[in-house]
Amino acid sequence: MMSHREAMLEKIDALTAEHAEAVAGGGERSVARHHHRGKLMPRERIELLVDEGSAFLELSPLAAWGSDFTVGASVVTGIGVIEGVECLITANDPSVKGGASNPWTTKKIFRASQIAEENGLPTVSLVESGGADLPTQKEIFIPGGKLFRDITRASARKEPTVALVFGNSTAGGAYVPGMSDYTVMVKEQAKVFLGGPPLVKMATGEESDDESLGGAEMHARTSGLADYLAEDERDAIRIGRRIIARLNWRKARPDSDVPPYAEPAGDPDDLLDLIPSDLKEPFDPRDVIALLCDGVSATNGVVFDEFKPLYGTSLVTGWATLHGRPIGILANAQGVLFSEEAQKATQFVQLANQSDTPLLFLHNTTGYMVGKEYEQGGIIKHGAMMINAISNSTVPHLTVIMGASYGAGNYGMNGRAFDPRFLFTWPSAKSAVMGPAQLAGVLEIVAEASATSKGETFDAEGFKAVKEVVEAQIEEQSMPYFLSGMLYDDGVIDPRDTRTILGICLSVIDNLPFEGTDRFGVFRP
Amino acid sequence: MITRLLVANRAEIASRVFRTCRDLGIETVAVHSDADADLPYVAEADRAVRLPGTSPAETYLRTDLILEAARRSGADAIHPGYGFLSENAGFARAVTDAGLVWVGPAPESIESMGSKIESKRLMEAAGVPVLTNHTADSATETDLPLIVKASAGGGGRGMRIVRSLADLPGEIERATAEAESAFGDGTVFVEAYVERGRHVEVQLVGTTVYGDRDCSVQRRHQKVVEEAPAPGLSDEVRSALHDAARNAAEAIDYRGAGTVEFLYDAATERFFFLEMNTRLQVEHPVTEAVHGVDLVALQVAAAENHQAGNHQIADTPGAPHGHAIEVRLYAEDPAADYQPQSGELTTFEIPEVDGIRVDTGFTSGSVVSTHYDAMLAKVVSWAPTREAAARKLAGVLGRARIHGLVTNRDLLVEILRDEVFLAGDVSTAFLGDDGVSRLASLAPQPPSSEASSEASSEASGVPSGAAVAAAIALAEHTRLARTVQQRIPVAFRNVVSQAQVSEFEGAEGDDPIRVEWWGGRDGYRVEGHTVVAAGPTAVTLETDGTRTTYDVTVNAPAVDVDHPGGHVRLIRVPRFVDPADAVASGSLLAPMPGTVVKVAVEADQQVEAGDVVLVLEAMKMQHTVTAPAAGTVTEINVQPGAQVAAGEVLAVVEGEEQ
Repeated sequence: MMSHREAMLEKIDALTAEHAEAVAGGGERSVARHHHRGKLMPRERIELLVDEGSAFLELSPLAAWGSDFTVGASVVTGIGVIEGVECLITANDPSVKGGASNPWTTKKIFRASQIAEENGLPTVSLVESGGADLPTQKEIFIPGGKLFRDITRASARKEPTVALVFGNSTAGGAYVPGMSDYTVMVKEQAKVFLGGPPLVKMATGEESDDESLGGAEMHARTSGLADYLAEDERDAIRIGRRIIARLNWRKARPDSDVPPYAEPAGDPDDLLDLIPSDLKEPFDPRDVIALLCDGVSATNGVVFDEFKPLYGTSLVTGWATLHGRPIGILANAQGVLFSEEAQKATQFVQLANQSDTPLLFLHNTTGYMVGKEYEQGGIIKHGAMMINAISNSTVPHLTVIMGASYGAGNYGMNGRAFDPRFLFTWPSAKSAVMGPAQLAGVLEIVAEASATSKGETFDAEGFKAVKEVVEAQIEEQSMPYFLSGMLYDDGVIDPRDTRTILGICLSVIDNLPFEGTDRFGVFRP
Repeated sequence: MITRLLVANRAEIASRVFRTCRDLGIETVAVHSDADADLPYVAEADRAVRLPGTSPAETYLRTDLILEAARRSGADAIHPGYGFLSENAGFARAVTDAGLVWVGPAPESIESMGSKIESKRLMEAAGVPVLTNHTADSATETDLPLIVKASAGGGGRGMRIVRSLADLPGEIERATAEAESAFGDGTVFVEAYVERGRHVEVQLVGTTVYGDRDCSVQRRHQKVVEEAPAPGLSDEVRSALHDAARNAAEAIDYRGAGTVEFLYDAATERFFFLEMNTRLQVEHPVTEAVHGVDLVALQVAAAENHQAGNHQIADTPGAPHGHAIEVRLYAEDPAADYQPQSGELTTFEIPEVDGIRVDTGFTSGSVVSTHYDAMLAKVVSWAPTREAAARKLAGVLGRARIHGLVTNRDLLVEILRDEVFLAGDVSTAFLGDDGVSRLASLAPQPPSSEASSEASSEASGVPSGAAVAAAIALAEHTRLARTVQQRIPVAFRNVVSQAQVSEFEGAEGDDPIRVEWWGGRDGYRVEGHTVVAAGPTAVTLETDGTRTTYDVTVNAPAVDVDHPGGHVRLIRVPRFVDPADAVASGSLLAPMPGTVVKVAVEADQQVEAGDVVLVLEAMKMQHTVTAPAAGTVTEINVQPGAQVAAGEVLAVVEGEEQ
């Protein structure tokens, strides 16, 4: 029997291996070919672009996991600090099919622009893409227009957009530099045109070449599409950094306004011991909270001020600070949500909105309680009330799926559909409409009832195989990589990095002002 | 009684005299050139008077300006220090004529000792051993080798060694011409050259002997290491030396502090009079240390006694106590023929240790200018024995933090730990051929030896601790300067793809020194080292089971790393270079700050490789800038007389193929 720590470390090792696959991009040979041409890989470009020693929070690294496409979806997205400005960065991976966009690529970029929009960040796009993956064009072409719409809407919101063009950016792709506020092109590398020489020849009979149609020099000196001509990749990145340096960027709440704070008393490493490998085994989220939130200091007398500790005890609510910033926390304690927990959550969300305090949701829930007593006690209307509160809450939400996240519990605890600003998953997490065993069991009961109603005999023995297949399938689909691959989170993270990542998120959130609401849907108390 | 004393000198020696003045309750007046306005001695003085200009000829050598400064500041006495006007009889007279007290010997003494030929004659008459004078006609094969010296010379200038009789007339001719141009007096003389001679000297105050010193460790005939007492002399030799010096002083009825220098041939135990210096010597602290006296106070007392008409009475000093060694710390590059260095001394900290005395005119942040001597400090150690004094001094020098300029520190440490030196078996040839083969600092090498060993250790994948410490300290600097995400771990990555890279310039022609490190949750990680503690000024690494703390000072783009093994200066390779700032190839850069004295080419002129393009003067030396390859002069950015900074583009020569 493995200890909690051993089990978690095994899962973290597996996560590291999945990440390594994403980092490998198009594979050794393809990467070597790009390097040989003097080109950098997307993460190498990003490493140069961000401030030295600053953090880079990569988003959706496992996008396309479990699909036919390369893990990572041929684009890298994330949040990095450039010249002291928190920026949303996207970078095509030319080593994966020339950086062509597949349906997961566009989904991943949409998610990135959503984050830029919600948090008001400037965007820097490191462009080198061969355009759409033609076999899947039907899934990309129509919705893909949003990509360009998002760029110019960001600009209109005064969230500057910068495109650094390292290579191909043709046809539809040409509109990324086209729509961006600032465009930098690398000499003898950038190629930006609507139609290349063969297409032009076909369309008009005109003889042309790449350079005259879309070379960096041409765009910098003739068409005016390039605002800056870069000598090489490094120079383009240098210019990009200077552009950001001159944005006169001011966060709504500068970091200098954040009071000093203390690190947690405990070692984040202890998180590995807390999370049971069997999700049926409950754990006390207060232990997690103590390792995630600021320790006691002159400005923080108590680590966690629990709210309503004696009522609805399956859900822990309370106040804390994280990297000096106040947060309200909702954390599942016993898995199941009852009416009391739903009522308590609703009130707590309202309180956070009253005090303009961001909320952190820590998932370990099997859902809302079922059964006669609870239905009659109004579990649906109370659950609805909770979902109503979190749906209409206007303070920023952060979600971490630590363990189970099943059924409507996923909704009530601010799952992906409820648009938390950021949602991260631990390797120990599982999420589905219900647990695999329960789902298979439910299927069996329904099948048996159906057989009985038709007057047939239910072949329990024969159904066993079906049950096993279903159970295995649901088990697989509940796994964090699968869900991450579907873009249902912003990444699977090492639990020990949670505090750091939430700290980055809260800092990023401070780029825009926010205010809690007093307007919710009609409650049915 | 003197109430307010002006020191007609600068830097270290001015500070030295002021210290005694404070002890005695005498007010102090400094004079300073424009270049020296910010040096500590100026602030240290009670009053300071500016001497407009920078060159010595415009400032410290101007009798009229110095007397005017004394008048305006109300000084009633002048101390000349050493160098500049200290052995100028005319100045001594002018001071006295102005009604001021001259802290120095009688002008007549200065005059008689100012000429080497005259002084030699005087000494010979007084029974002091001297080397026989030769002429081109009288010299024979058996007299070789010979040395030709300028009578008015000093500081090693105007000396020529002759090993073949045939060369003698020519060398005399050349020496005469050189002496004529350097000292305005072409008189030269020829005497025997003692190959392995030692330089031994006797300190006098009036006619009283204050022991002896050995100053044999010299470079370019200038002293580098001095000690008291002179090691390895028999009692007979020592007392004979003292008697000779006393005779010399009595012969001229000497007043105040002075030194008689002798050439000592250890093989034959014979010594010969070289010259007498009628002033305080640079190396006077070693005598002060072993005799427990203040020679400046004795100078002041002698001057005051003379003024009061008293016959001078000096105490008879006892036997020397213990041993003292002084080193002259210079801003110079021993590996590049002791080329003087100038610029900002960004850090200058010598550890305070019992028995260590530091006489310096500089402090952290001082600028060492090209106009004057490049001596940064005299560091003097005292201990009961010679070995202990040498070890202590080497230790203190090793732990000193000296940044911004190349110095002879490493060479001094090597000398103090050298077995030949420790055996007391040192002649004036010590730093010559023997030293070059034995002392690492004298071998031509890249500026930072550790850095280059790192570059090679790079191959094994283990960068040395100093470069790692520099990289980490830089990262800490950047971390502390953050304006957002201030407390997120350095280089945090939730998806790890590659190491952080810090690069430093390698030795010329070598690849940069590359340090790969990782950040994140558990702090800094570097292969081959464990980062025990990290900060912007200190980094502790555990390497192969041993913890070492590296003291790091960032003077962007330079990073100075001090560690138990010494000092390394690393130059950060910038992350980005604006192509507009990149220097055109063929650009001729100023090798050091200085003044352009000559531009030898015109625009569009064709030049061959090695042709002189222009001449710079810096640190009293001329540096010729030549064309690196044949081509055309496309740019000349300077005119004669222009002041240039190190690294400035002086001219551009475009290669022919372009």
